[in-house]
Amino acid sequence: MPEQPQPERQPYEQSFYPAVPTRFTKMMRTNLLWQFFRFVILNLKMLRMVRKH
Amino acid sequence: MARLVILGGGIAGQTAALHAKKRLGGSHEVVVVTPNSLWNWIPSNIWVGVGLMQPEQVTFPLAPVYKKTGITYYQAKAVSIHPEGDAENPQPFVSVEHTSPEKKGRSEKITYDYLINATGPKLNFDATPGLGPLHHSQSVCTFDHAAHAAKALDELVARMERGEKKTIVIGTGHGTCTCQGAAFEYLFNLEFELRRRKVRHNANLIWISNEQELGDFGIGGMHIQRGGYITHSRIFTESLYTERGIQWITRAHVKEVGKDTILYEDLDGNEKSVQFDFAMLLPPFAGVGIKAFDQQGVDITTTLFAKSGFMLVDGNYEPKPYDQWLPSDWPNTYQNPKYKNIFAVGIAFAPPHAISKPMINPKGTPIFPAPPRTGMPSGVMARQVAFNVTDMMQGKSTAPTRQASLAKMGAACIASAGSNFWSGTAVSMTMYPIVPDFQTYPDTGRMLRYTSAEIGLAGHWIKHLLHFAFIYKAKANPFWRVVPE
Repeated sequence: MPEQPQPERQPYEQSFYPAVPTRFTKMMRTNLLWQFFRFVILNLKMLRMVRKH
Repeated sequence: MARLVILGGGIAGQTAALHAKKRLGGSHEVVVVTPNSLWNWIPSNIWVGVGLMQPEQVTFPLAPVYKKTGITYYQAKAVSIHPEGDAENPQPFVSVEHTSPEKKGRSEKITYDYLINATGPKLNFDATPGLGPLHHSQSVCTFDHAAHAAKALDELVARMERGEKKTIVIGTGHGTCTCQGAAFEYLFNLEFELRRRKVRHNANLIWISNEQELGDFGIGGMHIQRGGYITHSRIFTESLYTERGIQWITRAHVKEVGKDTILYEDLDGNEKSVQFDFAMLLPPFAGVGIKAFDQQGVDITTTLFAKSGFMLVDGNYEPKPYDQWLPSDWPNTYQNPKYKNIFAVGIAFAPPHAISKPMINPKGTPIFPAPPRTGMPSGVMARQVAFNVTDMMQGKSTAPTRQASLAKMGAACIASAGSNFWSGTAVSMTMYPIVPDFQTYPDTGRMLRYTSAEIGLAGHWIKHLLHFAFIYKAKANPFWRVVPE
């Protein structure tokens, strides 16, 4: 896996306020089973968009 | 036999040409005029720009495709349009100047019965002193710009490997830029690539853009349902930037790019600067500068084109404040109101106004994104216009019957955030409509059921598949029409 960036999250800094993903959320972004399921769903969503034209 | 001339052989021009030729067959002529000998799948230029693809992987020669499909090909740039012909002949024509090595500089008249303008933009680097690959910043707008950026990036990484700390600035190079999505993709792919090359700890990454907030993308951002809340894309985008350790500067008009310093004005009118070692800043777009003349040779460019150089079509161009903008301002058929046999699609048509709210600082400098009209919407409007024109050429109708307003059209967009089959990600977005309609959807301007965004590996797989699918389609290979716009 590539090395992770080292964000400096200090109080009152720009990066202190946004929501950041948990380790579980980040893991699911590249989990093959879950992403295969999302692949099918996303394609269906896009086909639905194409059919709306 | 009637003749359809299409100016431009990019995504919109190629889509229009292939559909028109398929429908017209041998009964009418389709002519494409483009100064380029290669077709470029521009969305993949970001991968050329980080060295993951070579220019040959995102381009192919146009001539064999046009020979195979029976489309007449002029490697030339359009200089002027004469919609009433000239004093000798009332037949409308386009003056072109050849760009191929064999005929370079030679002029020619090409008569037409119908004209589709799909020239795309002029990359207006001159709008900002010091901007562009000829000066101090990089670009990924063309495949050769992207290759140039990749080479500069390699040199930068080599220095970071020796332990040097570097500042990288990515974003928009002027207060009126569009295509923030492309700069976003380059930023996140570059960040991913720096991690892969194990030098991320030596890089300070900064985003600079003319958006009022992150996640605007020139469409005023969008709202999505997530985790029990309806949230703006700003929240989603700020989270991504924070997660990747990227700082951001928004509401910025870059006014000069020096050798190692970017000078910019913010929305309060303050002048600020940011130092950089490597910068990729997109230029603003303008029309390509085609002139127009009537039968007597009088310049009628302002009849055919807006001040920006983009072609006037059936939109409502009456200047009015943001709170009076309407979805119905946006063009439906892309037909010029005066010359009914002229159409414009893709970036070439003049939008009636922005989508993002206009913001002007106390010095009078506009700092807000121009509306994006590339990718899927560009292809859809090109197909619809090609269908309308071919119907008119074949006598099936006397006026356009199909519509493709951005205010009634949805879009799907995949923004790459790192390219790897196992660990890459991309943001998959859908929205409906592209132009917010606050009359129909008062809360967010869009239909939440059709508006979504998520990041994951699945998006990367789709982005990679689209790369091959759209190049396959543009080559007019068997069953090309199965691939949607």
